[in-house]
Amino acid sequence: MQVPAQFAYEKAATVDEALALLARHGPESLVIAGGHSLLPMMKLRLAEPSTLVDINGLAELAHIRVAGDEVRFGALVRHAALLASPVAREHFPILTDAERVIADPIVRNRGTVGGSLCQADPSEDLSAAFSALRASVVIRSAGGERVVPVREFHRGPYETAVEHGELLVEVRVPIRPGIGSAYLKVERRAGDWAVASAGAVISLEGDTVRDVGIGLSAVGAPHFVAPEAEDALRGGPATDEAFAAAGRVAAEHCSPSADQRGPVDYKRHLVSELVTRTLRQATARARGED
Amino acid sequence: MTGVQDPSVQIHAAAETPRGYGSMKRKEDARFVRGRGQYVDDVVLPGMLHGAVLRSPVAHARLTAVDTSAAEAHPKVHAVITGETLAGLGLAWMPTLSQDTQAVLATDKVRFQGQEIAFVVADDKYAARDALDLIDVQYEPIDPVIDARRALDPGTPVVRDDQEGRTDNHIFDWSSGDATRTDAVFAEAEAADDQLVVAADVLYPRVHPAPLETCGAIADMDPVTGKLTLWTTTQAPHAHRTLYAIVAGLPEHKIRVVSPDIGGGFGNKVGIYPGYVCAIVGSIVTGRPVKWMEDRSENLMSTSFARDYHMRGEVAVTRDGRLRAVRVHVLADHGAFNATAQPTKFPAGFFGVFTGSYDLEAAHCTVTGVYTNKASGGVAYACSFRITEAVYLIERMVDVVAHDLGMDPAELRKRNLLRPDQFPYRSPTGWEYDSGDYLHTLEVALEKAGYPELRAEQADRRRRREAGERVDLMGIGLSFFTEAVGAGPRRTMDILGLGMADGAELRVHPTGKAVLRISVQSQGQGHETTFAQIAAAELGMSPDDIEVVHGDTDQTPFGLGTYGSRSTPVSGAATAIVARKVRERARIVASAMLEVSPDDLEWNDGRWQVVGDPEASRSLAEIAMAAHSNLELPDGVEGHLDATCVYNPPNLTYPCGAYVCVVDVDPGTGAVHIRRFVAVDDCGVRINPMIVEGQIHGGLADGVGMALMQGIAFDLDGNCLGGSMMDYLLPTALECPSWELGETVTPSPHHPIGAKGVGESATVGSPPAVVNAVIDALAPFGVRHADMPLTPAAVWSASRGRPLRTDLAIT
Repeated sequence: MQVPAQFAYEKAATVDEALALLARHGPESLVIAGGHSLLPMMKLRLAEPSTLVDINGLAELAHIRVAGDEVRFGALVRHAALLASPVAREHFPILTDAERVIADPIVRNRGTVGGSLCQADPSEDLSAAFSALRASVVIRSAGGERVVPVREFHRGPYETAVEHGELLVEVRVPIRPGIGSAYLKVERRAGDWAVASAGAVISLEGDTVRDVGIGLSAVGAPHFVAPEAEDALRGGPATDEAFAAAGRVAAEHCSPSADQRGPVDYKRHLVSELVTRTLRQATARARGED
Repeated sequence: MTGVQDPSVQIHAAAETPRGYGSMKRKEDARFVRGRGQYVDDVVLPGMLHGAVLRSPVAHARLTAVDTSAAEAHPKVHAVITGETLAGLGLAWMPTLSQDTQAVLATDKVRFQGQEIAFVVADDKYAARDALDLIDVQYEPIDPVIDARRALDPGTPVVRDDQEGRTDNHIFDWSSGDATRTDAVFAEAEAADDQLVVAADVLYPRVHPAPLETCGAIADMDPVTGKLTLWTTTQAPHAHRTLYAIVAGLPEHKIRVVSPDIGGGFGNKVGIYPGYVCAIVGSIVTGRPVKWMEDRSENLMSTSFARDYHMRGEVAVTRDGRLRAVRVHVLADHGAFNATAQPTKFPAGFFGVFTGSYDLEAAHCTVTGVYTNKASGGVAYACSFRITEAVYLIERMVDVVAHDLGMDPAELRKRNLLRPDQFPYRSPTGWEYDSGDYLHTLEVALEKAGYPELRAEQADRRRRREAGERVDLMGIGLSFFTEAVGAGPRRTMDILGLGMADGAELRVHPTGKAVLRISVQSQGQGHETTFAQIAAAELGMSPDDIEVVHGDTDQTPFGLGTYGSRSTPVSGAATAIVARKVRERARIVASAMLEVSPDDLEWNDGRWQVVGDPEASRSLAEIAMAAHSNLELPDGVEGHLDATCVYNPPNLTYPCGAYVCVVDVDPGTGAVHIRRFVAVDDCGVRINPMIVEGQIHGGLADGVGMALMQGIAFDLDGNCLGGSMMDYLLPTALECPSWELGETVTPSPHHPIGAKGVGESATVGSPPAVVNAVIDALAPFGVRHADMPLTPAAVWSASRGRPLRTDLAIT
């Protein structure tokens, strides 16, 4: 029977209050935001927190704003808000692409950007997208703030740089002119976790790849990225052949495991296919063709 | 009347309630859309306790100890029931619907992951769940039997060693058709240059009906009256009552089964589950009502699954495309207990209709049932007693034949479909098809789909692809199905000795309003509307003036319930006949009112009228009041118009349909997009076309789910890989195209109103159409078959010549 074990509940009104509550209730207390991952885990008794600290009232974390040469996304931005954000669409269509295929409207209405990153599910889409964008996250504790690159944020499945007593408060993405980006996912059904997904961010100098970020999800890529494929492309020509070659490199270096979503050879093939396609689409966008 | 193709246009419900047949909004929806339905879990009784089931985490193990002392010490726990407790009451095992036994709570071994071991009764469901963790069970693991194809290998562990003398996992062998004659045709075909034999291995994977409402019950044993009231999620309340009486020894008049609003059944709610029995025992032990509702994973992992048929089909065919004979062998995985719900004499259900819609010289099949360490069940998910499997096999085989002959599958079907002048048609396996005009139905579907244009587009796409363009593959899939529903004639069909007839009672109040009591049980089919319309049409009334009562054994006549698309064929017939009985009684009363002989009256536009004199007539309401008045009544009517009826169907009814599916397949990812789906159904006379179309929509979505995403596979340790809705996928609106419906109408000649039943038609007919379309799309890769579910991985793997085995974990 899927009912959670007993737990206490606290509602925080500010970040400082949330941090104080976490400190007071100790290491068995957990933060709850959208709750779409945590509540099912509690019902299945895979998680049995002593206390839930509810941060849904933290209006200070719900912003999407341009600050200088970066866009700042509050940790409590809902998926639906990110999907609808003109700022995201203008600067980082990879995020809009990804949000369009994350779960379903019901989950997107509640689930949050920060919650997704902190849950660190190996099949999570935003982790791959933000990694491709080389975003960084702001983590606050009673002692102050620190900024961690997303590519150093994930320490493994369901493990991140956020320690107990800390709160992820913001994601910062640098704005770079002349970039294009795209995200693609293959799923068995709308709302399913990815069989495999890939995101690409590319900046061009004429027909040369000046820089590139490639994110991968659900295929066992450390930190959700494909650095070998990025290295293979950087400084080279932005051609379909180069993209296909980069896809093959990414496929070779990731470590998918077989499950009911598919065997390993298929998942590697998908990585190759999706990396190639997202690079093509990101390039078209960078050139203003899409 | 055609279906609505533009979803922005609402289906044609009439503004006014029709007097009889016709689209009208469902009477029951007034409460459903307001959230005022009353489901089992909505029932709260004073003093009610809550139960939870402890389930096995492993698939096969000997139980060496079950220690419940800590759970019993929990302050909120009232009782902990184990297999040992039940054994003391003679209830540790219960009979199944297939003459086998099933453990209620395990005593000796656990035989599948999720099997019931203990039942905790506590103040609330949270405490009941907490207490499950306090029960200490010791397991001694045994190698599980998971791969059905190895279940009969020598040396395989015996799943059912509880059965005296058993040394293997074999349950039954069953056959149908004429083996000698069939083998002779195959021998001829093998020898002749102008003929060939086509064979393929086809799996219909294990799937689950997954109704929105899971199974559950509230048992209330009144210690004063000795009466047990059981609110429960059942499609067959009367059959359940009788079985409880027989199994538990409770007097049948002291059992009341109430099946309130049911949130979907699809066959999942036909059988009796251990949780129901535990709730009853819990109420007896505690003297208080006990509620048990399973959660989603319990439903998916332990209750009746569907299909799991490993089939080998062979077809003898001439090179010019005449199908001569079909030969089939099936390995049927029944899980740990043979608990399939089907008529007694049909261990493979109605699989015997595997000859489908075609004119064959001979046919033969054998079915071997085996035990494995998986949940039991087998007949569910709108399958019409295994016709789903039969139709899938023959429709898949016809496409394989078309592929091997290089012939258009529509043309091949046209050459072999039964002709109208062959009806009533006796099939080579002994089924008597009542009526149909198959070629016409197929042509309506092909016309609606624009079949030649679709083939032209496909050819063009293939040319462009060969020229190096990046274009998706396009596939066109057909299926033509014949269903056999409305079980059934009691001389051949019974369930545990209970004949498959159904009853109806009609009471007309003095003011002419009526109450219709039926023995079938709606789980969403709209009985309260459809059955009111059937009676209304016979009596010249408004369906709004007829209240339909069902789902309470104290208030309704005996009958076997709703499954196998049998409600309209059986209880619908009973309703028409009971209404005609009322009409005849009304005739006698009207003759007294009009002072003429009953023979001088005719039924005209809802009134009894003196022949040739429209001025001299009486409506049913006028007659009903007279029947309750001090009017002197003639012989034959003592008072009131009420009547009862039991309907024993003379034969099954045989709905049919032609479906066309168009898909686009991304060859780089294997992703399938269903572009169009045309469904032309012939279910005989349609009572409420809107309800019929709604049922077809649902069944088509089911078919998309099975064809593309659903399946319960197991790893070799016996772990169920489809135990949650993250793993067992239901299709969403995004996977479903805007359905394009059509109809032909061939009334059933033996049914009182010519209706045939439609509830399962689309679930039966749609999976082969989708699969045939996907395989057709993969033709450039030389693919002639791949098993469901055709996930992107399965499609891509098939295109690379490495088809996946979909009943086991992908490795």
